[in-house]
Amino acid sequence: MVSLYYVQKFLFELNRDAEFQSRYTADRHSTLSGFDLSEEEQRALVEPDIGLLFHLGVNGQILMHFAAFHSIEWQDYLQQMRDGIEAHGPVREGVYAVTGYEGVEAHTTRLGQTSNATGER
Amino acid sequence: MSLVFAGVCSHAPGIVGRADQADPAAKDRLYDAFGNMRLQLEASKPDALIVIAAEHFANFFMNNMPSFAMGMADYYEGPIENPEWLGIERTRIPGDRSLSERLISKVMERSDVTYAEEWKFDHGIMVPLHFLTPNYDLPIVPANINCQGPPLAPLHRAWTFGQALREAAEAVPERIALIGTGGISHWPATPDSGKINEEWDRKFLDEWSRCDKEAMLSYSDSQSYLQAGQGAFEIRTFLAISGATEGKGATVHFYEPIPIFAVGCTTATVNL
Repeated sequence: MVSLYYVQKFLFELNRDAEFQSRYTADRHSTLSGFDLSEEEQRALVEPDIGLLFHLGVNGQILMHFAAFHSIEWQDYLQQMRDGIEAHGPVREGVYAVTGYEGVEAHTTRLGQTSNATGER
Repeated sequence: MSLVFAGVCSHAPGIVGRADQADPAAKDRLYDAFGNMRLQLEASKPDALIVIAAEHFANFFMNNMPSFAMGMADYYEGPIENPEWLGIERTRIPGDRSLSERLISKVMERSDVTYAEEWKFDHGIMVPLHFLTPNYDLPIVPANINCQGPPLAPLHRAWTFGQALREAAEAVPERIALIGTGGISHWPATPDSGKINEEWDRKFLDEWSRCDKEAMLSYSDSQSYLQAGQGAFEIRTFLAISGATEGKGATVHFYEPIPIFAVGCTTATVNL
């Protein structure tokens, strides 16, 4: 069972609600009730596992704020997503899975571009 | 009145939030371009500014996702993001409920639109305002096109939304300025952040500046996704500006890929 919708709903609520953020900080597991989530998804949200969340299909526009909330620096955030693809495989679902997102290198090759545009300058 | 100003600009959060990580000269060139756009906007003496944005799950989510929305309040707040992360302080931004209501009523004659009496601005609106109305003294009417959570309204409907906005602007006595904010090719907030397809961007901007309706409406999201990333879905905001100013040429004042800002940074105005 996967429920990308509820993973993203959880993060959407957390991103915009200071009270929800306080509860999450105090006891991460307690905030999961009310969201229809698999064990894997729950683990990814409380750990947090940014790479796994990206692999599951969470939109970066939601995920980047969750990473910032956990004080994960920008370049580390990008690297954790890359590591997630490396460890778990292509994005499973959601907008990035529409055409199959197989990772930075393959993506770059397909676009016929050189790979220096990762924001590291 | 008719529209007194129309243009487009980038809104990427890194433009302010990661400014210190950019090549200083490139950053300065972009900031100068925004400064010039501000002067052009001010010279048009607008009473209000409609900002057509492509918000990123700040107010609208897949539980109830409008394709098109407009704000209808006397004030708004932003940024919804962590101010430290975005580099823009949280503030109250003036709106104009009466003006919004009159505009929305007119827009509805041609285009379905959701109205919202609460709206928290995310970087899609805050970054442009940070440069264009930094004193937050011009009433804003926020408008949104869903470019994030598919299914997305087809491109021709973004065009029609722009036409409807122009008709609405013509129907009210206020002097209305209009900007669209969004990226062209980009892969924001993904492992490919920083990748920019300059060739794709320049082709699109050429079509946009000539208001080439046929060329712009021939794009498909699946093709755009492959060549220009999910961020390219935001060309809807550019198309809405073209729809609002159909038949008019435009001038691209600035275009430069700045990878740490994750987008080919752009400012452009329509030759009204």
